Amino acid sequence: MKILRPLSYFIVAFIYIPMIVLMVFSFNQSRINAAWSGFTLDWYRSLLENRFVLDALSNSMLVASATTVIATIMGAFAAYGFYKYQFRWHSLWRGFIYAPLIIPELLMGLSLLILFSQFDIPLGKGTLIIAHVTFSIPFVFLIIYDRLIEMGKELEEAAMDLGASPMQTFFLITLPVLMPSIFASILLVFTLSLDDFIISFFVAGPNSTTLPIYIYGMIKRGISPEINALATLMIIFTIVFIAIAEWIRRKGSMKVNKTS
Amino acid sequence: MGKLMALPIMFWLIIFFMLPFVFMLIISFYQRGIYGQLIPGFSLDNYWRFFDSLYLGILLDTLVVAFVTTISVLLIAYPLAYYISRLPRANQAIWLVIVMIPFWINFLIRSYAWVIILRSQGLVNTILLKLGIIDVPLSLLYNWPAVMLGMVYTLLPFMVLPLYVSLEKLDRRKLEAAYDLGARPWQAFWHITLPLTKPGIALGSIIVFVSSIGMFVVPDVMGGAKSMLLGNVIQNQFLSARDWPFGSAISVWLMILSAILIALYYKAMQWEQRLEDKL
Repeated sequence: MKILRPLSYFIVAFIYIPMIVLMVFSFNQSRINAAWSGFTLDWYRSLLENRFVLDALSNSMLVASATTVIATIMGAFAAYGFYKYQFRWHSLWRGFIYAPLIIPELLMGLSLLILFSQFDIPLGKGTLIIAHVTFSIPFVFLIIYDRLIEMGKELEEAAMDLGASPMQTFFLITLPVLMPSIFASILLVFTLSLDDFIISFFVAGPNSTTLPIYIYGMIKRGISPEINALATLMIIFTIVFIAIAEWIRRKGSMKVNKTS
Repeated sequence: MGKLMALPIMFWLIIFFMLPFVFMLIISFYQRGIYGQLIPGFSLDNYWRFFDSLYLGILLDTLVVAFVTTISVLLIAYPLAYYISRLPRANQAIWLVIVMIPFWINFLIRSYAWVIILRSQGLVNTILLKLGIIDVPLSLLYNWPAVMLGMVYTLLPFMVLPLYVSLEKLDRRKLEAAYDLGARPWQAFWHITLPLTKPGIALGSIIVFVSSIGMFVVPDVMGGAKSMLLGNVIQNQFLSARDWPFGSAISVWLMILSAILIALYYKAMQWEQRLEDKL
């Protein structure tokens, strides 16, 4: 049993060392060799001057923003509807909303490609947004529905008993309780969209390359230390985003536990 | 009125999630024209074509790789999840976040990180050359072990979480009882901990296995052209060979395979539950 602790540290090292190596080498002068030949910010500089990278970045941001707005609104509405009302085949429909989570991404991307080509919908930012909304919906629904179930019905009922109208109840009680999970899902969907490669790969048009697709191209074309710089930035942004989302979620969770 | 709130999501998923798979299924019965166009019809040719020794070989490779990956991930994740579940509450949360962060980092980047370490001018070879242990760089990349390493690395978080959840729920009193009755640590582990965490093991394994058989990016980045898996074949049929009907048929096979595995998992869980209820 004594071996568990060092073993666990070793596994965590195994998880992090490759990413740390990548980050360190983004500051290495040498173009091809892994040997350290001096500190440089050149790769970051050339990255910022690379028009294709900036294009990909702006595509990614646009798609992620649109996806976030659409998926969050639809997912939140649906979660509230499922919480408030009992449908016919309630749990079956709920299972259907979660289904995109378990279908292999490769197949989701390809089937969407087939759909778009059958209806002659040109591939581009529009198809990217449609695809991203589709795979994000379950996450939004999951986060917000969970929160509503956790809140229970008592809070709303108490407000109504005290004479609040349904509107007042929603805006003064329900929405404030939901706010942290809505924020969390906004950050989550934004990150998922920025990060997605597999599905985007099949539904992005030639003029709507996203960052991950660009990175894939760089890896395929050969090694340029610019990838290290770009990957480093993406790792840092992902960690910051996830940390903020987690922090907001916990803060909200604590608040409700205190009030209830 | 309020019920309408859930309608947009249903419509969206029916149009952009269900319909695409219906189209995929229909196209799998079509034929490929000379120029890659789709010729409507109904034939099962694409499905039979899969039983060619070439594709069956790739299927076998895929299953072997998925199996080895799942076992390796399980062996690495179990001690880690076990360790985390035994820590004080506050530390558990920190460790979980540390283990789950990579889950959110693009797996393209995570596989590429290994390329930097393993390629011929990569970190490992550079160190070994500098130390004079080798004279020529070893070829550590673009082979099956590299693909396996990449899969294990990218799929590890999927196993740690379900294992942690079932280890967390474990009734400690049963372990104490075992110790009181004179069980040695490994006996308690073998007869109590392991059987009681079977649901977590099964769930983690099914997620990792199903993810492995659909994988195409890791073999693409770390395996080179020789290490083909089913996912790569499907991707090639769509993008290079432009044989969408055949690509669709293989996709349907892949989906059937995944569905069978998931159904088996549920059956096993139900069976397990009934057995438990009886006891």
